[in-house]
Amino acid sequence: MFTNQRRIWRSGLINFLRGGLVSFSSVVVLTTTLFIVGWLVIGQGFFTASLTAIQDRVDISISFIPEAREEQVLGLKQKLEALPEVVEVTYSSRDDELADFRERNKDIPIIMRSLDEIPNPLGARLKVKATDPVYYDSISRFLDQDTALSSAGERIIFDTNYRKTDIDQLTAFISSTRQFGSAIALVLIFISIITVFGTVSLAIHISREEIGVMRLVGADNRYIRGPFIVEGVIAGLISSVLALLVLYPSVIWARRVTTSFVDQFDFLNYYLSSLPVLFLIIALVGAGLSILASLWAVRKYLKV
Amino acid sequence: MIFFDQVTKLYSDRSLALDQVTFSVEKGEMLSIVGHSGAGKTTLLKMVLAEEQPTSGGVYWDSTNINSVGHGQIHRLRRKIGSIFQEHRLLPNKNVYENIALTMEASGRSDEDIASDVPHVLELVGLADKMINFPGQLSGGEKQRVAIARAIVNQPDILLADEPTGNLDPVTTFEIIQIFNKINELGTTVLIATHDKSVVDAVGKRTLTLEKGRLVRDDKHGHYVL
Repeated sequence: MFTNQRRIWRSGLINFLRGGLVSFSSVVVLTTTLFIVGWLVIGQGFFTASLTAIQDRVDISISFIPEAREEQVLGLKQKLEALPEVVEVTYSSRDDELADFRERNKDIPIIMRSLDEIPNPLGARLKVKATDPVYYDSISRFLDQDTALSSAGERIIFDTNYRKTDIDQLTAFISSTRQFGSAIALVLIFISIITVFGTVSLAIHISREEIGVMRLVGADNRYIRGPFIVEGVIAGLISSVLALLVLYPSVIWARRVTTSFVDQFDFLNYYLSSLPVLFLIIALVGAGLSILASLWAVRKYLKV
Repeated sequence: MIFFDQVTKLYSDRSLALDQVTFSVEKGEMLSIVGHSGAGKTTLLKMVLAEEQPTSGGVYWDSTNINSVGHGQIHRLRRKIGSIFQEHRLLPNKNVYENIALTMEASGRSDEDIASDVPHVLELVGLADKMINFPGQLSGGEKQRVAIARAIVNQPDILLADEPTGNLDPVTTFEIIQIFNKINELGTTVLIATHDKSVVDAVGKRTLTLEKGRLVRDDKHGHYVL
């Protein structure tokens, strides 16, 4: 048993090394496929990070009238925080709002002078962040209820900045982008699988004489298949390493070209931090694909 | 030992390869099977190897119907048979030693057996000095000797040779026949399919003549009458 395994591994290794152009072609095709798989993994990371960042920027901004008392605003804050769909509510006092307004308009003297002459015209503000953009609609409806306003029933909210259309569009964009991304990934994976199967089939077709001879000298099917599986494993592992090496300059390039508009995702950091997982995924896909393709291709030559 | 019982082989294109062929071969016998191209010689040998199934009739090895041997057990039967072909069928990416060792490895023989038997059998066919050469570095006659060495290294019960001297010059042909005679003297049953009169004459033993798939003559001593 052990002797057979050793012979199968040795035979597979020798066949791979002596395979020349055939082995080289298999490695090139597999490396290309695994490069695509690697980018699908990195792309998924980029996509998730980008969507999270976009979602983080969306909130409902509630500005209060200047007469609203702090305890009234904080009371509403508590009510909002009790809602299950709310992640966080940030309170900004009247003084904070004034300081922020001054900072934003410090270059406009007329505004600065006006602010010096009148009492603080601004009200406090609450910023509400939901667990998912789809909940902003229900939070907005909650704010429209009288009970959400104050214990005395006064309307203390000056304005609710709720960009429903923007949020709806964003929700639709996220949903369709996810579907589109999945479709693209499926198409790429399908093309890659077909290409790998085609290349491995061709390589095994070239070896059909060897399979025929092995059958005639009394080798059983396991012994005939074995070296092809070993060749697949070797090609898969070599291609995994090559794919990771080729991915490195490509993520550097991606980082450079996206740095002007993507600030929340660093391609290089993601690649380096997930290198072990990436290698594991790529190696498993590479070896698995190659083995499956070998088994599939060798099958028809074992029938007689 | 081998018994063909009313064997007919009709291929899917309706061509008749064998037609009601009946004969038997005793253990240790050596015989030539002659006939023109398409007479059914190769089909007949392939049936012994279970590479082809008869359309009707049966091929028996002792009491076993070869056609009823399960797909998973065919390799055990083939380990008892050595095969030689006109086109050698050596593996180009393996050297002479590896080509012969392959047969023993496939049969599960030990490394020690392989290390001792392969040089021995190469000596028998006169190629002891070509052990590390690849098939591409050998002449036609040398390739055929390697194929013979591969076929006999497991000491098979039967040796099948399909046009084994087809591309060889007369001197090499004669040397190959001498090797077959030597193998037969050691007790191996030898079946040689050929259309070469000189081979039949050199073998000088029982000869079956096939014509359009029918067995038309069974001579005790080599006669080539076509």
